[in-house]
Amino acid sequence: MNRMLIGALALLGLAAGISTAAAAEPQDARYATGDKKSGYLFAEPETRAMQDDDFTNPGFLWVERGTTLWNKVEGEADKSCASCHGDAETSMKGVGASYPKYDARQGKLVNVEQRINQCRTEQMKAEAWKWESDPLLSMTAFVKTQSRGMPVDVSIDGPARPFFEKGREFYLQRRGQLDLACKHCHEDNAGNHIRTELLSQGQSNGFPTYRLKWQKLGSLHRRLAGCNEEIRAEPYPLGSDEYTNLELYLAWRAEGLPVEAPSVRK
Amino acid sequence: MKNATPLLSRRGLLIGAGIAAAAIAARPRLTQAAVTEADRLIETLTGGVTPQAGKVSIKLPQIAENGNTVPFTVSVDSPMTDKDFVKAVHVVAEGNPAPGVASFNFTPAAGKAEVAMRMRLAKTQNVRAIAVMSDGSVYQAEQEVKVTIGGCGG
Amino acid sequence: MAAPSIKIKVPATASKGEIIEIKSTIAHDMESGQRKDKSGNAIPRQIINRFVCTYNGKEMFTSDWHPAISANPYLAFFLKVEEAGTVELSWQDDDGAVYKRSAEIKLA
Repeated sequence: MNRMLIGALALLGLAAGISTAAAAEPQDARYATGDKKSGYLFAEPETRAMQDDDFTNPGFLWVERGTTLWNKVEGEADKSCASCHGDAETSMKGVGASYPKYDARQGKLVNVEQRINQCRTEQMKAEAWKWESDPLLSMTAFVKTQSRGMPVDVSIDGPARPFFEKGREFYLQRRGQLDLACKHCHEDNAGNHIRTELLSQGQSNGFPTYRLKWQKLGSLHRRLAGCNEEIRAEPYPLGSDEYTNLELYLAWRAEGLPVEAPSVRK
Repeated sequence: MKNATPLLSRRGLLIGAGIAAAAIAARPRLTQAAVTEADRLIETLTGGVTPQAGKVSIKLPQIAENGNTVPFTVSVDSPMTDKDFVKAVHVVAEGNPAPGVASFNFTPAAGKAEVAMRMRLAKTQNVRAIAVMSDGSVYQAEQEVKVTIGGCGG
Repeated sequence: MAAPSIKIKVPATASKGEIIEIKSTIAHDMESGQRKDKSGNAIPRQIINRFVCTYNGKEMFTSDWHPAISANPYLAFFLKVEEAGTVELSWQDDDGAVYKRSAEIKLA
């Protein structure tokens, strides 16, 4: 048991502490590969059932909106996404599984959200969508869901390597008042409880995700900021290089798990 | 280092713990008051007819991962003919700030008195389903739902 | 806010006397009136308070909703089909707006 984690919980007055009793986990080969397990396998049956049917999955309300936005002409160039990319079912297949990627012109990583906004400002001559806005979440979910079921598969070599290393450093770095790194909860204690909370492996393959807590769809960066706040660390801005580098490390960690966007989580 | 900046002082945490303790002490009284409010609401909805057991069933998770979205299904055993049908089903959450959740008004044309929806539950509590039949009789079912309060992410 | 995303699921055909399931979901915050913003001010209630299903213009099923209904409301219910016709579903917002969707059912 991690002494620091227990100390941190005691500091917060969370008397119930951590229980190591393993929850009965559903076995579903689609959501696991080797030791890697999607957050789907840590969810209660009702939450899994909500994701299993595209009609009951509230995330598809955003996908629906993304479908409309794909064909909407905006900006001075008089273009829509479809003007260049045609049918998203073909052109976007696999895209969601392979981001973030190194972008040579910017000299850094871009994720799907940032790539969408790059298209809007450079190709469409339209305004960038705000981070966590409904249209950006809708388009991200629409693009990523074209890769649903495909294994996460990112490149960490060549020019992406230094950014991947920064992401790994972030993952292992203790931070915040509770002095915890990502790994302390999601590697050392995955499958254990903090009070009633079952810790997952913190896999990123389901994002953007419909969180019952948020009552709406949200980005991976929003979740990372939430994680940072929970360990009493100051979060980085959504869309920051720090989170995008971490996103690449998390995608590498999730390699082989299926893209589930939009997933449903607690 | 940016992330090392403490956001809460130790004193802040102690004050927080005090408030939490006070809230726990006050809880039983609040629960009782809410049950009375639920009873009053049900009396209004049924016109004072005492509910009987049977005919209606409510399906809910035993443990809700998050109280924001708790799926429920209510079904009533009824032939749904012009002479014998379910007029209404009311769902009442005893422990919510306002106990009314939803009312469903049927006609025989529904063919089947069953609905599925999702509700918010503020805490662990009993949820009741009240069925008002076309002859004025009233049936009730209830189930407790444990609402998980997140230790960290919840 | 733009018109909300709505999805409905109604079978295209049914045999006479068949009981069909109708599913619906609408994007809506269902702001309960219980929450406060970051500066501590109460966020005013704004929910969908009523749902109506008609068949060929006749009211078949209605429902009254309170703030305890979850955001992005999902509703499934049943209807007995006696004739071909049009199902219309409507959602009434606290702000007076009414959102509608309809679907045709043919007799098999």
